[in-house]
Formats: sequence, C-alpha cells, structure tokens
Amino acid sequence: MRKDGRKLEETRPITAKAGVIKNADGSAMFQIGDTIAYAAVYGPRELYPKFLQDPTKGVLRCKYNMMPFSGSGERVKPGPSRRSVEISLVTEKALLPVLNLEEFPNAVVDVFIELPQTDAGTRCAGICAAAIALADAGIAMRDLVSAVSVGKVNEQIMVDLNYDEESTEGEVADIPVAFMPKTDKITLLQMDGEITKEELVKALEMGKIACKEIYEIQKATLKEKYSGESDEE
Amino acid sequence: MGIMIKEKEIVVPGEDLATGMDYLPSYGTFREGEKIIAGKLGLVSIDGRLIRVIPLSGKYMPKVGDTIIGKISDVTINGWRVDINSAYSAMLSMKDGTSEFIARGSDLTKYYSFGDYIVTKIINVTTQNLVDLTMKAPGLRKLGEGRIIHVNTYKVPRIIGKQGSMITMIKDATGSRITVGQNGVVWIQGEPENEMIAEEAIRKIESESHTSGLTDRIKEFLEKKKQRSDEK
Repeated sequence: MRKDGRKLEETRPITAKAGVIKNADGSAMFQIGDTIAYAAVYGPRELYPKFLQDPTKGVLRCKYNMMPFSGSGERVKPGPSRRSVEISLVTEKALLPVLNLEEFPNAVVDVFIELPQTDAGTRCAGICAAAIALADAGIAMRDLVSAVSVGKVNEQIMVDLNYDEESTEGEVADIPVAFMPKTDKITLLQMDGEITKEELVKALEMGKIACKEIYEIQKATLKEKYSGESDEE
Repeated sequence: MGIMIKEKEIVVPGEDLATGMDYLPSYGTFREGEKIIAGKLGLVSIDGRLIRVIPLSGKYMPKVGDTIIGKISDVTINGWRVDINSAYSAMLSMKDGTSEFIARGSDLTKYYSFGDYIVTKIINVTTQNLVDLTMKAPGLRKLGEGRIIHVNTYKVPRIIGKQGSMITMIKDATGSRITVGQNGVVWIQGEPENEMIAEEAIRKIESESHTSGLTDRIKEFLEKKKQRSDEK
C-alpha cells in the first residue's frame, strides 16, 4: 500500500477529453491525478524558415511547457529552460515512430503541450495528450502512444509516481516510459536514480500493463468526441 | 479471419479492421502481415473487398478536380500564387488565368491582385504536393464583395447537401449568393443581415452534421430567422 492508498500497480485516476481547443486542428486534455496536460496540434501547415523543410517527409515539432504557476507555487521562470527543451525533444522522438509524415512533404505539424498543474509524470501526461490530439487532427498514424512513469521507492517497484513519492529521501528510481500499445514497442525510456536490471524488467512489465489501460482511455476519449458521426444519413 | 468492425463505425489509428487476404486496404488504412489496420481517425466504409477509413477531421489536402476558393497571396513573373487553406499554396499560371491574351511583361495585378478571392479548380497535384490551378471552366471567377468563412473541409458535402439541396435552401431563404469551396472556404454575398443568417445556418450544419433530420431543422431555423427579420 502506498501513501495515497493506491496499490503498487495502480495509476492515479485518469480523465481525458478530445477537442478542448477550438482554434487548433486537433487538441486534447489529459489528467492523471493532479497532473494536467493540454496538447494542441496545428497543421500540417507550411514550414518556415524554408531550410527546415524536408522534401521527403513532413516535420514534427513539439513544444513542452510547464506554466509558471503549475508546480508547488514557487514561481518558475517562464520560457524555455534546459529541462523543457530536453522534454520537447524526447516527446518528439516518442511520437515520431507512429506518425506517417510522408503524406505531406515540406510541411510541419506543430504540437504544443502546456501543463497548468503538475504533480510529477508531466512528460508522460504530455505524450498521452499529444497522441490523442494528433489523432484528433486527422494525422495519419500507425498507432497511438501511451506513456506512464514507473519506478522504485522504498525498495518497492511501482507505477505512476506522484511528486511526493518521487521526492522521497533515499534511493528512488523514476523511469518515464512510452509504449506503442499494439506492438508493445518502447518509444521513450529515461531514468533518474538507481535500479537493478531485474527490477527494471519488472517495472517495465508493470508499465506495459498500465499503458494498456491508458490506451483504452485514449481510444474511448477519441470515440466519444466523434460518437455522433456514425449515424450520419 | 474476416472483418472485425461494422460499417460506419468510428475507428482510431492502430485499430484492427480485418484479418486475412480476403480484404484489401484502401484509403486511410494499411496492411501489416495478415491484418488491415486503420491509419487515420474516421468512419469505416466497406465496399466489397475494399476497406476504407473516411476521415472526419484534418486540414484540406489538394485533390485534382476540386473546385476551391483561394486567396491571391503573391504575384509572380508568370502567374499568381494562391493560398488554398491547406499546407500547400498553389500556382495559377498566366495562361490558365484568364481567357484573354496577356502580353509578356504586363501588369498581372490588373487581373487578380493581392488579397483577391477566386473560385478556381485544381488541374494538377504532384507527389511533392505542388498544385496547379485553372480559371478556364464554367463558374470559375473572381469573387467580389461578400464575406468569407472557414469550415471543416470534411463537412463540405453536408453543407452542399444531396444535389445541392441544402445550399440551395439557404440561398433561397436568405436571398444571398453562396459559393462553397471543397477546401472549406465559403463565400457569402447578400444583404448584411441575410449574410449573417446564412453564416449562422452554415455553422449550425457544421456542428450538427451528424444528427438526423438536419435538413428539416435548418429549414425551421431559416424560417424562424426570416419571420423575425420581417417583423422588424
């Protein structure tokens, strides 16, 4: 049993909604516990400056941002930081394997991820929201991407660490992982802390199961938004 | 073996549609081993052995033969560059621009100038999505005064209706001229008040496109609006 009453393999409660930002071509909100991520997708659209264009396929651009008031209340300096630039990059790499960008050479798809409230697991929540938003934007994809963090706190392997657990004194391992749920292939794997090989394998196995649950939520969210469309005359 | 979904079901990317070689993947789907998988979010359409996914959202992708509304964004040495509400801009060359003869070196802004809207037709799309347009077909013209609105391109068939029934109804009720481009750009011209009613009706179709009995509801809506404006 954990501090907040969850079982080791249990994620925090999840809610998700597609189409939350009207101006965007596709958008989604993904909330896991107290972490809230919004993703907005614009494009495919023309890419400038021109030297960034790729004549063989489209380009994906991700921007991850934590809002200044999102954490514990201590003001975070707005704008890009070393951390947010890195997370933007890994998010991009986590989403690329499922996208079919060949359909729009020389164009760009922009993904903006904003976090108004954070309690650890932000990059995972951001990736989950972005996957829903990309599908909502009608982009050609091979699969969705589901992500969750796994780790070790107080000698226990667990899923979806919150900030309280992540910042526990002593030996803590925090491992954000993203799966393509259909093929069980990993698209993101990072680690903070220490863990043995056997424990890592066990943790990833737990993460895989949690991602399957998240995938079902993502799927249901998208189907809900378009549910009315099937009884078209 | 066989089909795993129903006709007109909503699928998300990555969902299995069918297994076995009895079916063939068409637009919006792909084959992986034995399976046919959805590659886009949309409605499933099964046509004999062909399985398709009809998209419900997304940007306009240029297609040959589409009549669209574009905006002149640049005037070049041999034609006009046109913004077609897509990831790609299109070229209207001098020789396809008008039926008149244009002498070399003449001022092209005389025909179409920056910011002008035109009804035009796509004659060619290359693999790199370079788009060529023409003005030489019936109904293609420069648009004058009026208002331009943008709608979801996948709702355009609903706005036009069967054999243009829906759009004709709005035109008749509001006494306005309306042109709907396949790229989701709509041009409305009429009395300012009627233009607003037409826009509202189109927005209503866009948001309620999936419900049944839409034509009747739009008719009712237009009648109610008309009554109100008559009273004034």
